[in-house]
Amino acid sequence: MSRFVERHPAWALISIIAIAVGLWLVFAVWPPGLEEAIGRKRVFLNAVFNGITLGGLYFLVASGFTLIFGLMRNVNLAHGSLYLFGGYVGYAISTATGSWLLSFIVAFILTALVGVLLQLIVFRRMEGQDLRQTMVTIGLSIVFADLMLWACGGDFYQIQTPNWLIGPIELPLVTAIKSSGEPVYLRYPLVRLVIFAASVVIGVAMWLALNRTRAGMIIRAGVDDRDILAATGVRIQLVFVAVFALGAGLAGIAGVVGGTFQSLSPGEDIRFLLASLVVVIVGGMGSIPGAALGALIIGLAEQLGSVYIPTYAIVVTFLIMVLVLAIRPQGLLARR
Amino acid sequence: MSKCSVGLLALSSFFLSTAAIAQEKIKVGVTATLEGTYTVLGEDGMRGHQTALNVLGKKVGDKELEFIVASTDATPDSAVRAVRKLIEQDKVQILLSPLSGDEGIAVKNFAKTHPELTFINAASGAQETTYVDPAPNFFRYNMDGAQWQVGLGKYAFEEKKYRKIATVGEDYSFIYTQVFGLVLEFCGAGGQVTNRQWVPLGTKDFASVIAALPDDVDAIYLGLGGADAVNFLNQYQQAGGKAHLMGGSIMIDQTILSSKGNAKNALVGTIAASGQADTWEDPGWQKFVKAYQDAFPPNKRFPSPSLLATNYYDSTMALILALRQVNGDLSNNQAKYKEALAKIEIDAPNGKIKLDSNRQAIGTNFVTEVVDDGKGALFSKVVKVIPNVNQTLGYDPAVFSKIGLPSRTVPECKKY
Repeated sequence: MSRFVERHPAWALISIIAIAVGLWLVFAVWPPGLEEAIGRKRVFLNAVFNGITLGGLYFLVASGFTLIFGLMRNVNLAHGSLYLFGGYVGYAISTATGSWLLSFIVAFILTALVGVLLQLIVFRRMEGQDLRQTMVTIGLSIVFADLMLWACGGDFYQIQTPNWLIGPIELPLVTAIKSSGEPVYLRYPLVRLVIFAASVVIGVAMWLALNRTRAGMIIRAGVDDRDILAATGVRIQLVFVAVFALGAGLAGIAGVVGGTFQSLSPGEDIRFLLASLVVVIVGGMGSIPGAALGALIIGLAEQLGSVYIPTYAIVVTFLIMVLVLAIRPQGLLARR
Repeated sequence: MSKCSVGLLALSSFFLSTAAIAQEKIKVGVTATLEGTYTVLGEDGMRGHQTALNVLGKKVGDKELEFIVASTDATPDSAVRAVRKLIEQDKVQILLSPLSGDEGIAVKNFAKTHPELTFINAASGAQETTYVDPAPNFFRYNMDGAQWQVGLGKYAFEEKKYRKIATVGEDYSFIYTQVFGLVLEFCGAGGQVTNRQWVPLGTKDFASVIAALPDDVDAIYLGLGGADAVNFLNQYQQAGGKAHLMGGSIMIDQTILSSKGNAKNALVGTIAASGQADTWEDPGWQKFVKAYQDAFPPNKRFPSPSLLATNYYDSTMALILALRQVNGDLSNNQAKYKEALAKIEIDAPNGKIKLDSNRQAIGTNFVTEVVDDGKGALFSKVVKVIPNVNQTLGYDPAVFSKIGLPSRTVPECKKY
């Protein structure tokens, strides 16, 4: 941190000012002039919170994607199908048993199993042939999409939010002061906060597992140099299967999350594949902190864009991607 | 050598025989949105189409109709691609296409490049399709989005006493047309539309849109459809929204009213307008509902046909009845058939339909209110039936043309 300040004093100053302004926007009561210029504070705060929680969902999908890419150099374009599959499984379990939490566990296990099968049956046979693997995953995603359309139809499914999560709660953030002097607090859907908290927990757990455990060490070594790792006697194929299972399982969990606060339908697979591609391109292919940063940026850009420049909201995301590709093609947090 | 000639003979006789069979068939290409946001709408449209075939049969004189279905995803290029494939690859002679607004404009323009064929609109409802530079071989037997809103603005203003409303709609031609119809009538009656929000088709995360809804309005008009509508309602419920709602024609429709989950309950009491009403007592309508229900098992259909099923039913009906009038004669670039289509008046389940000089439907419109049938199923109940709604909404054509074409900001909120 201090080295960064020494090397780039101007950038450090700009980022400190930006953070200060951001914090002031969130915590201060806006003066009337500002409200007139850019709208009510409630709208702004909601957009920021929505961006962050949406980023949480994107992170869940993209982290598995980037993990698989980082270790196996395999751009798994069937990742969106795993997301949708997990969502449908979650829906089936939650309607059958009425348990929301159970649906996460089952969705994780089943999608992880699909991931294991994919790795064993398909990818192992074409190791090191990037282009062929990519083409095969495109084909698989089309097959999966049709199979799921056949099994579940084109209907929209929504996983029931458990009763204790329905409705908004009041956050200790003042959005306005009534004429009587009484402060108005921000009301925000509880379910989104819970989902965001869960994705932070998963992210931190993944970071800890990668940086503080032996298995994590093996994976990191594999990302750096697979061949040397294999030569040291590590059973690299087993590591591949485990990582693929974890990445797929995360996509499955994300499917349940997405099915709860949005909805599941054919076409969602492509949307989330595209979102995770953009996220990892912005963050840096293969980097978990990169996926987190990319997800946050894309989530915020989508939501703030949809409020302040609705007409061009769709463009903003891709504009960010283009900018990153132009200035830092390896991604914001890539190591090389 | 002899082997080769035998083979050739066999091959040529095969081609000849298929040609002979093809002559007895009339090929019709059908498109529906069987992918993407509007999948459910496309599926129910096809159910309506199938119901019409069950009722009317596929025979025209001694010829048999053959239907070839292609899928689209509500984008104009997907519709043109599907139509082009049907024409060039499958050699269809008549098209029943498309379902969605932007698709309609694109297919209408494409129809001009094939003046010898006949295009019958399946369900799309953008105003521009038949109002601006219409194609002579494009026929539309459903009303456009603005016609489908007739009666709603007045009802909201006079009966519900709403004075200020805001709108949220998908950002494409059909919803522009719906809001156009609503704003003209509501503002004409003296109401105010304070804010119009547009979201891209296929938006999943509406949380920020919901947060930006104004508080100081009497009601919020929702012009959403398919997955977008379900997502909106779900997130609206999570955000604890309580405002009065008004709905567009594909918002208050069985595609949404019978979706899974309980978010749709926010719609009970919502007023809307559309080319049909689920609980209309008319015997023709009841007969159609029965035919629809009998054609499919209960878990493969909605409790009652959606607007899309009705539109596909009506357009299939016009296609077959006009073809029977000319006894399947498609000679001379289908001239006789086109003439019959332009003149035909069909006794559709949702009221009589005839075409104007732009080959655009003049039909019946319904103002409705959503009710719970007591068992958890939601239906649209008739409040008012308005017959003979034309494309200029009863305005003098000269005045109407001055309003401008439906867009994000047109029409202005004033009396024309």
